[in-house]
Amino acid sequence: MAPRVGIVGIGHCRFGNSSDYDLVDVIAYSANAAFKDAGGLALRKEVDQVIVGNMASGLFNRETAVASALVSRMDMEPCPAELVENGPASGASAIKMGYMAIASGMADVVLVAAGEVMRAVTGWEATDIVATMAHKEAEYNMGLTLPGFAGMVTRLYMEKYGLTERDLALVAVKDHANGAKNIYSHVQLPVTIDAIADGPSAGVVNNYVAEPLRMYSTCPVTDGSAALILVNMDSPKAKLFKKKPVRIAGIGSATDTHVVHNREDPLVLKAVKISSDRAYKMAGIGPKDISFAELHDAFVIFELMNSEEVGFFERGTSFLAVRNHETDIGGRLPINPSGGLKAKGHPVGGTGVSQVFELVRQLRGEAEEGRQVKDPKYGMAVNFGGFGNNVITTILAKD
Amino acid sequence: MAIDELEKKLRPPEVQLAPYPSKVITLASGETMVVRECRREDVPALLGTVYPLIEVAKDYYDVVACRMYNEILSWYRYRIANMFTLVGSVNGEIAGIVTSRHVDSHLGMSLHTLTIKRGLRVGAQLFAAKMEHHLEFLKEDEVWIVAESPIGFKRWMIEYELEDRSSQYPAVRHELGGVPTFVLTRKLWDAVKAVKNTGTRPVPPEVLKTADKLKMPNEYVQLPGWKRNA
Repeated sequence: MAPRVGIVGIGHCRFGNSSDYDLVDVIAYSANAAFKDAGGLALRKEVDQVIVGNMASGLFNRETAVASALVSRMDMEPCPAELVENGPASGASAIKMGYMAIASGMADVVLVAAGEVMRAVTGWEATDIVATMAHKEAEYNMGLTLPGFAGMVTRLYMEKYGLTERDLALVAVKDHANGAKNIYSHVQLPVTIDAIADGPSAGVVNNYVAEPLRMYSTCPVTDGSAALILVNMDSPKAKLFKKKPVRIAGIGSATDTHVVHNREDPLVLKAVKISSDRAYKMAGIGPKDISFAELHDAFVIFELMNSEEVGFFERGTSFLAVRNHETDIGGRLPINPSGGLKAKGHPVGGTGVSQVFELVRQLRGEAEEGRQVKDPKYGMAVNFGGFGNNVITTILAKD
Repeated sequence: MAIDELEKKLRPPEVQLAPYPSKVITLASGETMVVRECRREDVPALLGTVYPLIEVAKDYYDVVACRMYNEILSWYRYRIANMFTLVGSVNGEIAGIVTSRHVDSHLGMSLHTLTIKRGLRVGAQLFAAKMEHHLEFLKEDEVWIVAESPIGFKRWMIEYELEDRSSQYPAVRHELGGVPTFVLTRKLWDAVKAVKNTGTRPVPPEVLKTADKLKMPNEYVQLPGWKRNA
């Protein structure tokens, strides 16, 4: 039987603009914070494996071999260290690899750290670099970008299910309300529905990015990092850490076609459905057991679509739940209490670890006043690689 | 004030510019920003707001702040011709400032845009207001524009798809250091103004009153830890 794996240390930097800093320092900042959270920097010597998540440091920063650089920067040699790249799901993949390292018996303590410094380049260069994960001949070379893709999918969803631009704005209002209270969030400004949807200046203040997606339907370009310390809960080493472990109850992942037009229906995110089913099965629970979720909302349409694929709502109805405030902090099923990628920010390779950092904070009861979910038992994170073609779902449990 | 003969020779000729009618914009945060033309009595608050940013190298705040300080002071002391300054304020606190100059009935010379309150596209709204003044109220044919920072380049040159006239140097030469000149023509303005320019007029008197006496910000996101009068 595989050992139980828990998280005993968490670290995070303030998301935003870190372009004055070296990527390795940005990731090391969160890794150091995770050790301090777990009991102190001396615990570095207990680590059996370092796994780093990053998407595109070679393109954003002209810097590679980030895992090797990190162990050296943190004075952790000769600890083994590897880099995991899975597009914007690199962070969750790094957690999965950390879990597998412990479950396999090769390690008892794993440092998982992930981050990205995207603002070292201009916004449109960043959009281009992220677009390189699309299919080269069928998509990237045709000029498709992720905002362009998301705009088309949003239009399709609107036509099929009756979603409106105002509904998209309601998701943003909710996410920004949460992000404004999150000390790690990139955008700490609440926005109002009048200002971004209903009022006379809304069309200019909330301008189109890729119609029908507007600025407040789209995540910002963000730098940042997060880190976790994973431990074999059944190992004597678990007692070295002062924090009670938050258990990783389930991890599931799945892929879908690289070329989006090869899918039967672009509104069906098959990999999200399969990955969440696998995570539920491993955890021995179902959607109704989830207390709150961090869902990958690089564009707000994804928060809605992901919430349907993981079984929280019937297909085509999630926006009605948003209208009814069911996904607010005080609602039936809070979604993106951190502010999500929309407000907290989306440093692509770092996002998956940041999402799980939030799950741990919420399950420990350490979130800021006004955005702490009441008495949570299970938290779920969905991290989305590519255009839904490589997805990892992670479920944590408060035992 | 009595103006002696020498001072008369030093001052630029006075041209009465059409006034900029105040407007109000609801920012994404729900806060209302009043945009109005500055008056002479606003100058101490304007200069006091700009001054601390002279030391911020990031995003060329230092260059823009130095130049804007010079422009506002020069305007106050009658050493620049036909300049106008617009200010955006939220509850009276200065959120951003733009400066510009009416050259003649055909040409406007955009000077600077300084965003104090960041993250809400305050600079974008004020830049649009400045262009609105040039092309709608002063009725010029075109505005010459340069950018110091990459952010400015993206906001103006890229987003407005400005006409690049740098190849016509020196015939087309912006007043600010001869750097490459881009142009907002009336045709370009007409194409983008519906999606770039906003604001409601007239401003309700009680809202306009909040912007009557301008307040300097006590803190700046550009200067972490800095506090006025600390």
